[in-house]
Amino acid sequence: MITWAEFKDIFVNGAWRQNSSLVQMLGMCPLLAMTTSLVNGAMLSLATIIVMGSSGFVVALLRNFIPYEIRIPVFILIAAVMVTVVDLGMNAYMHDMYNILGIFIPLIITNCLVLARIETFAAKNGPLQAMFDGAFMGVGMLWTLSLLGAIREFIGTGSVLSGIEAVIPGLHQIDLLPADYPGFLVSILPPGAFIVLACMVATKNWYEAKAAERAKRQPPEPLSTAGCH
Amino acid sequence: MSIPKEPTAAGMAARSSVILFIFVIAFTAVLATVFSMTAPAIKASAAEEEMRMIKEVLPAALYDNDLLRDTLELPPTHELGQDDTSKVYRATLAGQPSAVVLEAVATDGYAGKIRMLIAVQANGQLAGVRVTQHKETPGLGDYVDPKKDKNKSRPWITQFDGLSFDKLPEKSWKVKKDGGHFDSNAGATVTPRAVIKAVKEALEFTNRNRQRLFGSNTAEQEQDKK
Repeated sequence: MITWAEFKDIFVNGAWRQNSSLVQMLGMCPLLAMTTSLVNGAMLSLATIIVMGSSGFVVALLRNFIPYEIRIPVFILIAAVMVTVVDLGMNAYMHDMYNILGIFIPLIITNCLVLARIETFAAKNGPLQAMFDGAFMGVGMLWTLSLLGAIREFIGTGSVLSGIEAVIPGLHQIDLLPADYPGFLVSILPPGAFIVLACMVATKNWYEAKAAERAKRQPPEPLSTAGCH
Repeated sequence: MSIPKEPTAAGMAARSSVILFIFVIAFTAVLATVFSMTAPAIKASAAEEEMRMIKEVLPAALYDNDLLRDTLELPPTHELGQDDTSKVYRATLAGQPSAVVLEAVATDGYAGKIRMLIAVQANGQLAGVRVTQHKETPGLGDYVDPKKDKNKSRPWITQFDGLSFDKLPEKSWKVKKDGGHFDSNAGATVTPRAVIKAVKEALEFTNRNRQRLFGSNTAEQEQDKK
């Protein structure tokens, strides 16, 4: 079904090499809106992991029945149905979880990462591979958005982990700077996301350039997905 | 598979549309099934959710009826900031009307509407106020929501608890900065101003419409249900 090497390759691809936010630059709209704090960023990514894993699985199962000419509407249909199924299912059977993730789930359909991975991966691979690809793309999003959220939150308000008490009761936000820190609102507002993200992309590219220099090899080409935000 | 014929444009279009149609039917069926399977559970948890919010504004000692079943529908009410119909939950204790829980909206917040639940006791005292939904700036104006308030021991919104127009004259329902009674955080007075104004107007509305809100038809309605 799936070999260990394949699994590892899919993981590294999703989490680092083709990282959705840092390399593919997909899903910028939810990224802008939701990474105002670490908890928000992490929660959106968790919801994305669930939806992308399940929609990748279903598309890969049905890939041989989907004619090439109408693949896009069918993919959108499947992704939208999976989002709604996950939304309804969590609302009904995991209500506490739903209260936390609920507002993020419908937002996932605004993330073109879902469609991009279905088109480039799930439509050409087996169901298990596609499920892991979707989930690990979400994992890549998880660490990126968490870090982005944490940085924006820290610069903007001087604390991190605000809202954690809703996820893990008993925990509280950590105030890293003194209470008289005036805050830096731009960081919380959407432009802050672009500025911080650009710094993260630059850091990743710098790191990879260093590594490439050492290994005397080229960094992987970013997957071209121009025109999709 | 037979040898494929050269497809015509019309044939292709027909084939594609039939396949797309089948997909749409199949996935709509999936959705419908999931929806009907989950509907009862979702309804139950929505009711539980509603009740949890009400419990935050209304102490359990003040009522002994099923609040979710004893409700009143208000037409769009300007005083409550409601452009749409809103619900009033009517609490009774030992058959006597004890309080009402109103859904109110503060329309002049910093960013959009601030939705609130306001519980008013029969003696005109506020039992509690909670912000249920808002889009105020995170870390700045959002302290009106006790979950976001940094002052955990005495959140800002609890200043309303127990207040009435007898205890606090109407002209003092302002933030201290405007010469009123209420505290506010420096640099974020737009939000508390909006909330205070909305609570004040809701309280005035309740006082003016006592008959209609607390009215004695509670008992009759109980009878009707039986």
